[in-house]
Amino acid sequence: MIVETGHYALVLALALALVNAILPLWGVLARDERLMGIAPSAALVQFVFVAYAFYALTYAHVVSDFSLVNVVENSHSAKPLVYKISGVWGNHEGSMLLWVLILTLFGAAVALSARRMPQDLHAVTLSMQSWISSAFLLFILLTSNPFARLASPPAQGNDLNPLLQDPGLAIHPPLLYLGYVGLSITFSFAAAALICGRLDAAWARFVRPWTLLAWTFLTLGIAMGSYWAYYTLGWGGFWFWDPVENASLMPWLAATALLHSAAVMEKREALKIWTIFLAILAFSLSLIGTFLDRSGVLTSVHAFASDPQRGLFILAILVFFIGGSFGLFAVRASGLKQGGLFAPISREGALVFNNLLLTTCCATVLVGTLYPLALEAMTGEKISVGAPFFNATFVPLFLPLFLAMPFGQILAWKRGDLLGAAQRLMIAIGAGLAAMLVFAAWQGRPAVAIGAAGLAVFVIIGSFVDLARRLFGGGAQAVWARLRGVPLSAFGAAFAHAGLGISLLGLAATGWGIEKITTMKVGDTLEIGPYSVVMESFSAGQGPNYSERVARTLIRSGGVDVATILPASRFYPVRNQSRTEAGIATLWLGQIYMSIGNMKDGSLDVRLYWKPLVALIWLGALVMGFGGMLSLADRRLRIGVARRARAAGPMPQPAE
Amino acid sequence: MTMASIGRLDRPRMEATFSSRRTIGRFIALVFFCLLGLAPAAAVQPDEILPDPRLEARARSLSAQLRCMVCQNQSIDDSDADLARDLRLLVREHLKAGESDAQVLNFLVARYGDFILLKPPVKPETIALWSAPFVLLIVGGVAFVLAWRRRSRGAGPAPALSAGEQAKLATLLGQDER
Repeated sequence: MIVETGHYALVLALALALVNAILPLWGVLARDERLMGIAPSAALVQFVFVAYAFYALTYAHVVSDFSLVNVVENSHSAKPLVYKISGVWGNHEGSMLLWVLILTLFGAAVALSARRMPQDLHAVTLSMQSWISSAFLLFILLTSNPFARLASPPAQGNDLNPLLQDPGLAIHPPLLYLGYVGLSITFSFAAAALICGRLDAAWARFVRPWTLLAWTFLTLGIAMGSYWAYYTLGWGGFWFWDPVENASLMPWLAATALLHSAAVMEKREALKIWTIFLAILAFSLSLIGTFLDRSGVLTSVHAFASDPQRGLFILAILVFFIGGSFGLFAVRASGLKQGGLFAPISREGALVFNNLLLTTCCATVLVGTLYPLALEAMTGEKISVGAPFFNATFVPLFLPLFLAMPFGQILAWKRGDLLGAAQRLMIAIGAGLAAMLVFAAWQGRPAVAIGAAGLAVFVIIGSFVDLARRLFGGGAQAVWARLRGVPLSAFGAAFAHAGLGISLLGLAATGWGIEKITTMKVGDTLEIGPYSVVMESFSAGQGPNYSERVARTLIRSGGVDVATILPASRFYPVRNQSRTEAGIATLWLGQIYMSIGNMKDGSLDVRLYWKPLVALIWLGALVMGFGGMLSLADRRLRIGVARRARAAGPMPQPAE
Repeated sequence: MTMASIGRLDRPRMEATFSSRRTIGRFIALVFFCLLGLAPAAAVQPDEILPDPRLEARARSLSAQLRCMVCQNQSIDDSDADLARDLRLLVREHLKAGESDAQVLNFLVARYGDFILLKPPVKPETIALWSAPFVLLIVGGVAFVLAWRRRSRGAGPAPALSAGEQAKLATLLGQDER
């Protein structure tokens, strides 16, 4: 019964979405405030219905209702509860439902939190959001219904893919979706601004927290996914330039560019057309990513042919929204008046440079991802575009950003002084060069790793130079007073930039990694990097829905035990699949990584790595996310809060 | 419908199903092979490694450039598939026979086509691919410089007041003085 009500709630949500797509827009055209007034409550109720549908599906998974196709295909009664819940979105139908849930969640959040916006802009934004949710609700109901029943239910399900039975599944997709579905709000804001003709600094200020929120989640989601791949796939890789990865990287690049150009628009009323373009582009790339993931064009051409309905449906959605929004953009944006002027060497100039490189990087990833598909479609010729291509194109385009980043933070608005900025950055430049010497002495070759590590230290120190000057410039006593004067968003920017530097340091250090592929017997000792690794025992065990073989392994340093790792190989009988579980010990910031393979005559195939500083890759992403959150908490960015007059009043809730 | 038939029906769909998120795409190849009943072997295995470390290093760097053709964008160095293992062994055999890196790559391209190279060769069909990043960077940069120059020029000193405006200004100022 609950399942049927969930299905029904989804249909009601579609009806509401259609109403909300049309009426508020009509209200704006007819200047009827009552019609515009529908939008917030319709957005809220729409969210409630979708949330209920999501609850209903989760319920079916938790109680193992095997009369549902979706549950049979992806669950098993012996599966641990946490994977019964996360298994809800570990499949196409359920993850589309999560997609729409987050879409409507953002709609509801805007409905609640932006009441001080001009009413027409608010209503049209919610209407645009409902256009998107209508399309995707229709997609779910027509092609991917998670509530489909089976006439004769089996007694047991097929279990979830073992690779997905991992805490990563509980965290990674929700974070990633909050990020790239969250960009729908910036898209809706952009379309609304074009329709209402309200493209000004105030608009940039309304949009900023939403972009920041989506960007923060996207950053964390991508990092989480990369760590998940790192520890499950068993060979220590964490980024593969896979099309599905690229699909999440492209919106991140566009959103990063958007954050920066929106800052210029907010402060100086310049780059308006460009900012709107990026806002549309960022979500368009999310849609393209969804299409690439869902249609099957990437997995194999045959999957596309076997179920062309879904692919074609998403393609239609894609063409409608991307075509429609860029059409609107072409018609309305040309009439915009541009604002403040600036010299090439200035904060604005640096941000333009940032945008130029980020969008070129983004286009490179897009071209590299789609080119093989297009070439095969047109000429039938098959080529591969993999990591070596992106290393040769993307990396040289992205690296200059690190050089420019600290300069951009220091240059003044309108007209900057490059030489003065370089002088102020002397300490960062010095630290970077010193770091290169230290790393060269500590680890030595390869030169690329040394150079990149030096650059990373330059960025990390450089990110805080401006902040330090503002805090400590007037003597020690004044620091506290100055601390209150420096906006949180300045701290946020410093941390976000430093986070990227920290990640770069981790990436640079991969050049110093050591790999050993060999066989080990119980009792064997292997030297790797500064550690020695002793395999203590090899035993079989039993989990709730799998059996496993575990190699208990001790890590020693100078005769002292420092850690124990348990690399394992698990076998899931229901699906007849196995997966490796790497044993990882984080020692300082480096990691010992061990995964095991087959056992032959008492000797076990092992892959053992020493990866110095590798944890920094993901730690950097956490620092970036922390920076985003700090910036988000900046009171000045909250909509409708006057700057100083209300400072004494109760703290308003942060915009969600 | 029996269990077995459900299982069979689901299998082709699973590939699309699990392509849901980024890293998951990596898993598809693995899942695919498990479904075919092939036991997954680890990527490079100890018994494949050549005794000569320099030759082995060359084999590894070559492997990283070669696509496992039944996988999704995975190099044979990373892949667990049996085909990848066969190719890794093939690469090592050719290296042992004293061939240069280029000779090994040429042999594999002749046999499997450009599809096997993860870094597509520069040729008429891929000119657009290889030049896209740099062309876009230059076009973007030039577009910005042009837009910037046009705007700086457009924003020169304001035009002088017309006779009518002068008169209007005079009356307004006059009103003010009075």
